[in-house]
Amino acid sequence: MAQHSAHDSHGGHDQGAHGSLKSYLTGFVLSLVLTVIPLLVVLNDWLEGTPAMVVLLGSAVLQFVVQLLFFMHLREEGKPRYNLMTLLLGIFILVLIVGGSIWIMTYNQVAH
Amino acid sequence: MLDQIKEFASGFFVTGDPLIYGADVAIAMTMIAVVSVLTYFKKWTWLWREWLTTVDHKRIGIMYVIASLLMLFRGGVDALLMRLQLAVPNNDFLTPEHYNAIFTTHGVIMILFMAMPLMFGLFNLVVPLQIGARDVAFPFLNSLSFWLFFFGAMLFNVSFVIGGSPDAGWLSYPPLSGKAFSPGVGQDFYIWGIQISGIGSLATGINFVVTILKMRAPGMKLFKMPMFTWSVLSSSLTILLAFPILTVTIALLFIDRYFGAHFFTLDGGGNPMMYINLIWMWGHPEVYIVVLPAFGIFSEIVATFSRKRLFGYASMVFALMSIAVFSFTTWAHHFFTMGSGADVNAFFAITTMAIAIPTGVKVFNWLFTMYRGRISFPTPMMWTMGFIPCFIVGGMTGVMLSVAPADFQFHNSYFLIAHFHQVLIGGVAFGYFAGLYYWWPKVFGFKLNEKIGKWAFWLWNIGFYVCFMPQYALGLMGMTRRMSTYGWDRGWWELNLTSTIGGFLMGIGFLFQVWQILHSIKFMEKDTTGDPWDARTLEWSIPSPAPHYNFATIPVVDSKDAWWEEKQRLVQGEAPKPKPPLEPIHMPKNSGIPFIMGFCWFVAGFGLVFDWLWMAIPGLLGVAGCMLAHSFNYNTDYYIPVDEIKATEAAARRSV
Repeated sequence: MAQHSAHDSHGGHDQGAHGSLKSYLTGFVLSLVLTVIPLLVVLNDWLEGTPAMVVLLGSAVLQFVVQLLFFMHLREEGKPRYNLMTLLLGIFILVLIVGGSIWIMTYNQVAH
Repeated sequence: MLDQIKEFASGFFVTGDPLIYGADVAIAMTMIAVVSVLTYFKKWTWLWREWLTTVDHKRIGIMYVIASLLMLFRGGVDALLMRLQLAVPNNDFLTPEHYNAIFTTHGVIMILFMAMPLMFGLFNLVVPLQIGARDVAFPFLNSLSFWLFFFGAMLFNVSFVIGGSPDAGWLSYPPLSGKAFSPGVGQDFYIWGIQISGIGSLATGINFVVTILKMRAPGMKLFKMPMFTWSVLSSSLTILLAFPILTVTIALLFIDRYFGAHFFTLDGGGNPMMYINLIWMWGHPEVYIVVLPAFGIFSEIVATFSRKRLFGYASMVFALMSIAVFSFTTWAHHFFTMGSGADVNAFFAITTMAIAIPTGVKVFNWLFTMYRGRISFPTPMMWTMGFIPCFIVGGMTGVMLSVAPADFQFHNSYFLIAHFHQVLIGGVAFGYFAGLYYWWPKVFGFKLNEKIGKWAFWLWNIGFYVCFMPQYALGLMGMTRRMSTYGWDRGWWELNLTSTIGGFLMGIGFLFQVWQILHSIKFMEKDTTGDPWDARTLEWSIPSPAPHYNFATIPVVDSKDAWWEEKQRLVQGEAPKPKPPLEPIHMPKNSGIPFIMGFCWFVAGFGLVFDWLWMAIPGLLGVAGCMLAHSFNYNTDYYIPVDEIKATEAAARRSV
């Protein structure tokens, strides 16, 4: 949406071009590789149980990082780094919610 | 054929209760009255052009306030019906089923359709003016948020006369809210009413975070923002992180009900306690979402009416932001009795007690702001004074509840009911009333009548204590929440009767406020200064009501209380800062799409409630069509020419 903030005072917040062909290609290849790894591991039964889980979750987290760095342009943000700050806050809350739920539900006396 | 229609209608409409028939008649007559007034005065085009399609934050704010006051009326009537039922033992005024429906809708409406929209109304009315902006960051989205809230609230309220109200409590715990125990459509109204308005709430949160971070006037660094703006930022950030949890939880409940999944049923590997865990992850931050802006309002009011700069600005900001984050760490105190063991309960008891610390810091800051100030007591300040002791007592009982072993006694008793009403009425409602009184002249250009306002204040305050203090005692005497009747042998009736009297005193207080508004519209003189309270922040530097572009020239800020400092400089004989020449102002154009899209959501929601796909699918297609239409609409903005700005400013100055 065309906004009228840019000319008020905060002009110059544009961060120039978003990425280059090279960075997009790198990101694309990395995300493909990170998709293929868990797929192969599961389809070919290379790993089972905990090791398989670790590989799956590990590549998922790396996939997340690739998305942020190569497509969400987290590195190229101008200061102040609001995107980074909100991301960190979001991750903190996420860990709290997931970890807290697991903790609470694991020790739930009624459910056992 | 006729029998079929009869059978359908008897299931479709709620029947069998004279109260409901009375409400049916009242609703029909109100609608006929509205339609005929609009038609008689030929106001339909006016309504559409000036209000329904507006993207102006001030008008959207006014619509939020009107809608939330209507919801306050409905939620208040629910409360009084409950108090009537409980006034004497063995009462059969309401059946238990009807009582269940009423406490459910009372809770949902007061939190989600009264407190939230009143809060968004104040955000909209104040924040852009306070930071020297001409609108919010995304005006179209802002309008869409309002209409999603509005149609979501309407969908929820329709359940009153069509299909039947939800009756499984305001948080709709499974298994009671599951298909097995609530086969009717009430829970589906609950789900879709909340989901549709929830999208709007989330969008408003995003909108105000971006507005505050990106659209402040030049020179207004973060640490020069007014305290209300800080509180809106903290509240909006909390919305951003908390509302998705609500959406997901309710969506899972929907999947359970509609597709027969087993997220929250014990058979099939689900666990209803997971729902309680998830919903309070939203529910606890939610109470801070609504109370943080109230803290901001009090900060503005205390500074203005003490004629002093706010004491401890940095500690106030720190308190707001730390409450926003730590509100996410206390949720399990809502279900200490669920049985998660001593470690879990101890952890959440300590976090709950700890969050009282920043709140205490704020109370001391307000007191120190008043210390040696030149204090005056118009209505906004009265409400602030009413708030401080009320909130302290509410906070103290909160700390009592946070002691996990003791909570096994208090849990779900009237002690709890009294506690949360004390923080929600004493904190949130008093805060928003104070804010409405304070900013009313900025929005409408005249003050509200002080004398009637003081009557309303005292009725509300005395009524509050008469209503809720007995409930603490009742809770300790063993009265649990949500019971629809009790026997003479309990010894509860004197306290319950007292409580009912208090409830009605608050109801009379509300009537006084309605009278106050109507009386003031007719009799109050126009405020010609734009700054009737001699206040401190930028919104008071422009005429009242603000011109639709807000600031003819964007102010340059160099200190915290920018407008106060400017006035001090003028008093000391310094020349006012030279204003830059006027330039054409870039403004967003009105759009009918948000209204239409909200209506399409209503149609889709109604279809989903009754499982009528022939209705739901066209509704959802309409939503998609609106999105598409807006995506290809490039004609979204225009410029106000300098001549028009000059004319508007001259007209405003004449009245100034």
